[in-house]
Amino acid sequence: MTAAGLDFSVIQRALPFLLEGLALSFFLTAVAMLGGVVLGLALAVVRLSRWKVAAILAAGYVNGFRAIPLVLVIFWFYFLVPLALGHSMGALQSVIIAFILFEAAYYSEIFRAGLKSIRPGQWQAAYASGLGYFQTLRFVILPQALRYMLPLMITQAVVLFQDTSLVYVISLRDFMTSASIVANRDNRLIETYLFAALVYFIICAIGAASAKMLSAPGRAA
Amino acid sequence: MIKAPTPAFRSRAEIVQLAPLASAAVTDPGHSNPMIAISGLYKSYGRLEVLKGCDLVVDRGEVVVICGPSGSGKSTLIKCVNGLDPFDRGSLAVDGVAVGDRVSDMTRLRARIGMVFQHFELYPHLTILQNICLAQVHVLKRGKGDAQAKARALLARVGLSDKEGAYPAQLSGGQQQRVAIARALAMDPVAMLFDEPTSALDPEMIGEVLAVMLELARDGMTMIVVTHEMGFARKAADRVVFMDRGAIVETAPTQQFFDAPRAERARLFLSRILSH
Repeated sequence: MTAAGLDFSVIQRALPFLLEGLALSFFLTAVAMLGGVVLGLALAVVRLSRWKVAAILAAGYVNGFRAIPLVLVIFWFYFLVPLALGHSMGALQSVIIAFILFEAAYYSEIFRAGLKSIRPGQWQAAYASGLGYFQTLRFVILPQALRYMLPLMITQAVVLFQDTSLVYVISLRDFMTSASIVANRDNRLIETYLFAALVYFIICAIGAASAKMLSAPGRAA
Repeated sequence: MIKAPTPAFRSRAEIVQLAPLASAAVTDPGHSNPMIAISGLYKSYGRLEVLKGCDLVVDRGEVVVICGPSGSGKSTLIKCVNGLDPFDRGSLAVDGVAVGDRVSDMTRLRARIGMVFQHFELYPHLTILQNICLAQVHVLKRGKGDAQAKARALLARVGLSDKEGAYPAQLSGGQQQRVAIARALAMDPVAMLFDEPTSALDPEMIGEVLAVMLELARDGMTMIVVTHEMGFARKAADRVVFMDRGAIVETAPTQQFFDAPRAERARLFLSRILSH
């Protein structure tokens, strides 16, 4: 399989190795999204609550994390937290925590926008019927807000998936790092990086397309 | 559809006439067991004082219409009654239970007071049947079957039995508001509050909503209705309250209010609203 001096058989040979990297990328995306959504919802709820001090702290958290690059957060948790704890915590654990805390800041903003998109009358109607705060959130507000938020959440997941490539800084092997290793080992940089780009493109295009579909007007409730 | 006042209504009106001022009525023997007792209610949004010492006593089964120019505090007053708007000073009791500002009190209280909003506020992601069942199941802890049976009975009462599977957006404004009334009634409320229930409706739909409210009034429901529908007030109200700039300017039995309003501002308001 040689065309214009390109040899794509390198991909075939390295496929199991590359898939291993891809699995880590997917795993990190899934875990960071799940943790980020849960923590992000909590942050958004606190931020919109009447507890002034807690709301300010949550806002500080969100703005703080959004002001620093993810790669720095990954470094912190890998190098600084073990110093504070007095023992090492493993690259994967540290990167999972870093991703969750970082993503939570972004998901929190999505939730905040989603919750604010529901008009106050819906809260009032639910309260007037005797539902409590969390019941109102769960049965009335979130189901409506989710429709607004889902496309944004998928877009964020696409960004997150791309960002998993940053774990190379602490020598974890995600898809991008695996591709890089193969490219250098077999001296097939162009073929490998073209393939990597294609994989990222396909996965992210699927994400973007589903986000667009979900945000299309006229979608059934 | 002009109604002759029922004997019960007439007797209530007499009681009201005996009590010249609502504030005095708190201690009046005729009001020994009122449904809603508001006394000296103050409320501000920042520096803007929206309620300036309101007194209002509503008896069991009484229908009170509150009218007045916009921004006079009408909506704020009834939103205080079920705690949607917390008040700053004064006292408020519903069915003999003092309403404090603790969250738990408010939640329990709200379940017992039905409220109907200007913009219906049905839950758009739920069907009509689900709209009426939600609070029954999660607040009153009714079984799903019981809740649905109740919902269907009420839908029949407001004439919308065929709409139980529809979503709110598929209904007209008048139909949505009738569902909203059914949703409130499903909680077996001791009183109903209406916040300009027909203001957001097209003219041809106002009648169907008022008809449901009129029937409710005749069935003896305690009601406070904020509305500009003076026709409804004439037919259904025992008393009319006129508010202006955060104060209750006049409260009078319906007939007396329309025939001879004492307050100049009420007279002006009436002449303006009735000339339309």
